Amino acid sequence: MIEFDAVTKRFDDGTAGVHDLTLSVPRGEVVVLVGPSGCGKTTTMRMVNRMIEPTSGTVRVDGRDVMTVDPADLRRRIGYVIQHIGLFPHRTVAENIATVPGLLGWDKRRIGARVDELLATVGLDAAVRDRYPHQLSGGQRQRAGVARALAADPDIMLMDEPFGAVDPIVRGRLQAEFLRLQQQVCKTIVFVTHDIDEAIRMGDRIAIMSQGGHLEQYATPADVLAAPANEFVVDFLGPERGLKRLALIPVSEAKADPGPVVRPDDDRRRAAEIAEANGTDWVVVVDAGGRLLGWVPVEEVTGRVDDATARPFATLVRATDSLRAALDALVGSHTGVAVRVSDGEYYEGIITRETLTREIM
Amino acid sequence: MTLLAQTGRPFPDWQWLTNPRNVERMREAFAQHVELTVLAVVIGLLIAAPLAVAAVRWRRLYTPLLTFTGVLFTIPSLALFVLLIAFANTGLGRTTSLIGLVIYTLLILFRNTAVGLDGVDAEVRESATAMGYTRRQQLWRIELPIALPVIIAGVRIATVTTIGLVTITALIGQGGLGQLFLVGFQRQHSTPLAVGFALSVLLAVIADVGLVRLQRRLTPWSRAEV
Repeated sequence: MIEFDAVTKRFDDGTAGVHDLTLSVPRGEVVVLVGPSGCGKTTTMRMVNRMIEPTSGTVRVDGRDVMTVDPADLRRRIGYVIQHIGLFPHRTVAENIATVPGLLGWDKRRIGARVDELLATVGLDAAVRDRYPHQLSGGQRQRAGVARALAADPDIMLMDEPFGAVDPIVRGRLQAEFLRLQQQVCKTIVFVTHDIDEAIRMGDRIAIMSQGGHLEQYATPADVLAAPANEFVVDFLGPERGLKRLALIPVSEAKADPGPVVRPDDDRRRAAEIAEANGTDWVVVVDAGGRLLGWVPVEEVTGRVDDATARPFATLVRATDSLRAALDALVGSHTGVAVRVSDGEYYEGIITRETLTREIM
Repeated sequence: MTLLAQTGRPFPDWQWLTNPRNVERMREAFAQHVELTVLAVVIGLLIAAPLAVAAVRWRRLYTPLLTFTGVLFTIPSLALFVLLIAFANTGLGRTTSLIGLVIYTLLILFRNTAVGLDGVDAEVRESATAMGYTRRQQLWRIELPIALPVIIAGVRIATVTTIGLVTITALIGQGGLGQLFLVGFQRQHSTPLAVGFALSVLLAVIADVGLVRLQRRLTPWSRAEV
């Protein structure tokens, strides 16, 4: 648990300060500090481990004012990852990871075991153990940096644009891995970024800050998107707020319609009735076992449904996909709906445009 | 060549070369040369490195220190030794030689140590601080090791320069291999001159190669870099 209590920081040299910030980071959550450059987000983060000291107010970590704790001791208990990683060039990957355990005086065997464990945790091949940082790719360096920050199993991690220096594809992968890793390790994380999409994706809560270190809104990403506190937040969220909200909601949370479902052995009349009842001119064909076969335009059904060739849906969505993926499937389909299936392609229902609108209204 | 023509002695003069007294003299001269060089560079480093550390931490000191060591470096060597004897009153001896030799190492050692420390990435310093290194630990375990290739490059230049300068201190009674030059000139004898020349070149080459090897051993991580 990290608490900022009326924290103000002023600099003489023009570095972005922080103005009367009160905010608490609950244990085990990822709080993303986001805002344009000069909003004091990095300054805020650095006050947690006393890299910067507040001009007034109190920063508490687990209830203790950080100013009463020895800085070196405090920092050894807090993981730290920055954009350019800052791996020590004269040390191998293993030695880099061993940094804080070494400072804490762990014995060699324990450090060695921990290094092996961490390499696996962050997905680094054991072969990189004895390489020097300049021999690694950008993504590997990033992973080594995270492993080093996790080494002494700190409860708290500070991350300043940790994925800023890698290309978009690697970044997407690292973000996904980070979220998966966080589910295992459940650290209290302060994450700094200028990228609102990254903030929405990574944060349990996001703190939107503006020039001069003012906190504009502090809430969950869904709440921020649903109810931006003011004009600044609206501007900062940018266009496509509806899409961003849909991206946060899993398909499982939306109520799927049963849809115009027919069996292969249904006849033309029944197909026409079902389509009409649903206001469509097509039907979904599902076999007796509940498996999705495809869709058929009613006018093509002459005798039985299975006389006509069922057409496959281009994209199917599953419970864990986002409603944004459902929207994508919907706009790319002739039927104008997204079809939800479970593993093994068992039909679960359809998601219509109305379903999506209902979710974000 | 004119010297050779005038001496009337054979070259190489095997009789002189094999005389045990001369062999002993060469050995002593070589040993003294090594000793003066090593002492000068070590003392120079002990003075310059802390100054460089201070200059990197307190920026304001950098330019004055660089200028000061730079001015010292420009003083002609013979003039400096004369000055030391005349005004510092340290006499004709090892102390005077060492003071002079050390003075000439300062610029290179100071500058290279400072440049080396400056070359440590800001991100590396930041993450070292954030991991909980104290300032002292950070200097010894992170900054100086990373600066080491540049520092050793400075030590190489200082060492080779000092090996050259030591010969001049023959004029104030020291000089190592420089004494062989003195003997050669005084007696119009080319063999000691040639021996002095060959041994001082040999020493410079050995020292340089040795320091390159030392650097490779101490900083395996820098080898693959350009």
